Amino acid sequence: MIKKEMIAMLLAGGQGSRLGVLTEKVAKPAVAFGGKYRIIDFPLSNCINSGIDTVGVLTQYQPLRLNTHIGIGIPWDLDRNEGGVTVLPPYEKSTSSEWYTGTANAIYQNLAYMEQYNPDYVLILSGDHIYKMDYEVMLDFHKANKADVTIACMPVPMEEASRFGIMVTDESSRITEFEEKPEHPSSNLASMGIYIFSWPVLKEALIALKDQNGCDFGKHVLPYCKEKGQRLFAYEYNGYWKDVGTLGSYWEANMELIDIIPEFNLYEEFWRIYTKGDVIPPQYVSSEAVVDRCLIGEETEIYGEVHNSVIGPNVTIGKGTVIRDSIIMRNSEIGENVVMDKSIVAEDVVIGNHVVLGCGDEAPNVLKPAVYAFGLAVVGENSVIPDNVRIGKNTAISGVTTRDDYPGGELAGGQVIPAKDGGRE
Amino acid sequence: MRAIGIILAGGNNNRMRELSNKRAIAAMPVAGSYRAIDFALSNMANSHIQKVAVLTQYNARSLNEHLSSSKWWDLGRKQGGLYVFTPTITKENSLWYQGTADAIYQNLTFLKNSHEPYVVIASGDGIYKLDYNKVLEYHIAKRADITVVCTTCRDQNEVERFGVLRMNEDCRIEEFEEKPMVSSYNTVSTGIYVIRRRQLIELIERAAQEGRHDFVNDILIRYKNLKRIYGYKIDTYWSNISTADAYYRTNMAFLEPEIRNYFFKQEPGIKTRIADVPPAKYNPGADVKNSLVSSGCIINGTVENSVLFRNVFVGNNCVIKNSVILNDVYLGDNTHIENCIVESRDTIRANSYYCGEDGVKIVVEKNERYVL
Repeated sequence: MIKKEMIAMLLAGGQGSRLGVLTEKVAKPAVAFGGKYRIIDFPLSNCINSGIDTVGVLTQYQPLRLNTHIGIGIPWDLDRNEGGVTVLPPYEKSTSSEWYTGTANAIYQNLAYMEQYNPDYVLILSGDHIYKMDYEVMLDFHKANKADVTIACMPVPMEEASRFGIMVTDESSRITEFEEKPEHPSSNLASMGIYIFSWPVLKEALIALKDQNGCDFGKHVLPYCKEKGQRLFAYEYNGYWKDVGTLGSYWEANMELIDIIPEFNLYEEFWRIYTKGDVIPPQYVSSEAVVDRCLIGEETEIYGEVHNSVIGPNVTIGKGTVIRDSIIMRNSEIGENVVMDKSIVAEDVVIGNHVVLGCGDEAPNVLKPAVYAFGLAVVGENSVIPDNVRIGKNTAISGVTTRDDYPGGELAGGQVIPAKDGGRE
Repeated sequence: MRAIGIILAGGNNNRMRELSNKRAIAAMPVAGSYRAIDFALSNMANSHIQKVAVLTQYNARSLNEHLSSSKWWDLGRKQGGLYVFTPTITKENSLWYQGTADAIYQNLTFLKNSHEPYVVIASGDGIYKLDYNKVLEYHIAKRADITVVCTTCRDQNEVERFGVLRMNEDCRIEEFEEKPMVSSYNTVSTGIYVIRRRQLIELIERAAQEGRHDFVNDILIRYKNLKRIYGYKIDTYWSNISTADAYYRTNMAFLEPEIRNYFFKQEPGIKTRIADVPPAKYNPGADVKNSLVSSGCIINGTVENSVLFRNVFVGNNCVIKNSVILNDVYLGDNTHIENCIVESRDTIRANSYYCGEDGVKIVVEKNERYVL
């Protein structure tokens, strides 16, 4: 019989609606990051680097890019005869069919997948965090404490603690209490959404809670386990960990990679991050170009100026263009004499000549003030921006736009051009 | 598919100078991200040849490492696959490959056990893109016994490196000289041949019986009046990297937009082993002009008209000009490198000065590699 000590279940079905137009057509774990990677590369690489060779990836929202990216798992050495990576979408059952209604519900619907590997432990991960972590060390902690559930936690500043799920522990790290986004937190240990369950405990809890609507780990499974008197432990993690759930934190996490010795260092030979390497040629920097404080991907050609930015693979940046504090994802073409400040440009975008992006004063966004904030101008994938237009801050553009979409040649700060036709083919 | 592929990658050449101490020419890094053999291999894969044998002999460690998995060229197939044949001792034979024909003879079983009617033979040191199917169609249309892919050599001083040939108006090869000191012709063989599999077996067996080992001298030239040997002329980019100067020139050629566009942007592309390194990083102080930079590089200094391979670290106040820096080189602060090729996996100590005065200089310091 096949036997795996620990298998991982990676939750990758969420939309990540706070990333706005960036996740209009792709699931959040498939969003590009760091000039080469996609967010899901980090948990997947952590798995293989921790010796976990069996990973179920639960998908639901817009899975095409994710499926193509994962394939049979070759980049992460997860193409295995036994185990490896398996994409697990929701499926129709003989008696019923439902979507994944919550994180724990998604895992429950795949009990049969886990069962076939006969695991001792199951690691639950989410596909939207940037970090390097050795799950094997966490498993050792789990075993040493004879725990039923171990929750990875990290200390956060006390004043921010009310944004997180907070764990209150005793001196042996055993969890005595949870507080979900508490107003007056009694601890600063925030849950990172990474759990190790002993398999019988997980299975029993999922079956007991199978009729729970929108069954969720934080809201239902963990409280259930605690009430039953099971041993829940907090595993404190002190390395770099970033939730890139908002445009602001996504932009910040990218910019942090540019530091001379970044806190999150991709250049260390130990603990490599793997990704699908489909772009091979070197990048070209022309005689007129100026490039400083940047990360730049393969096959990109630079004829203009780029400062303090993260540029993905196969991007073209035209002559006379100046780009500052921006993120540009793969296959985008930026015209000549463009000025771009603090912008995020998604994949396969075409920006015309003499465009000014991210100019003027900050105005709150008219549609989603909480999403399109931080002074960023955001362009969704497959968008087209015509020549000679000016685009303000806190703006979002999606789809093929023409001169007519810009009254007076301008998109004022806080305005949105939503997708009309599904974008450029 | 109608053809199998054979890539001759055993060669060494003292005109590569120090560069061939470490590896076979076919394993030379090219154009920032590739190795020379990627071009022949990708051309095979892109021409839907599914079964490819690479014949290696000289210092094949780098090459074997590069070919350790065939998945990068989509050759990890049940129908076909990638085979690497090094010389082995058998009951009949205990010698190294004594020439190109002998290398094929020693692996004749591979040819005999195949069923595809044709064989494409290529060398591992050519930098080019070619759809071998077009050559094959030409070969069939001409009812040729052997078709030799040839090109025009633009520099008459270079013809001495190649097989020089003259064709009649029907493109049948009438004269063929191997590496002449001077020649009045400038059409040269690219070392790419198409031949019927059974014909090849017959010719190779005959040559072996007569104790002849070289494909060009003992088959092409010897049989040129007896067999129908045709030339297929290409006018697209083709370069052979088997001297240090040609190697340097070929890498520098990729700074030209047309050549970059031809190899990098136009389909089908060239594939290579994936290295899993992060994007290139430009720190304050980086000043890069007209250069190719590969992933994994970290740049703190000036780089002009140069090609940087993967994982090159350029220290503060460095000046790199007109140079080719191979992969995994660490350049200490204040280093000046001009008109040089810097050998891979080296550490150049801070404040070093290297300049190729007349012609390109090859820099090998053999310091222990400094790892970040």
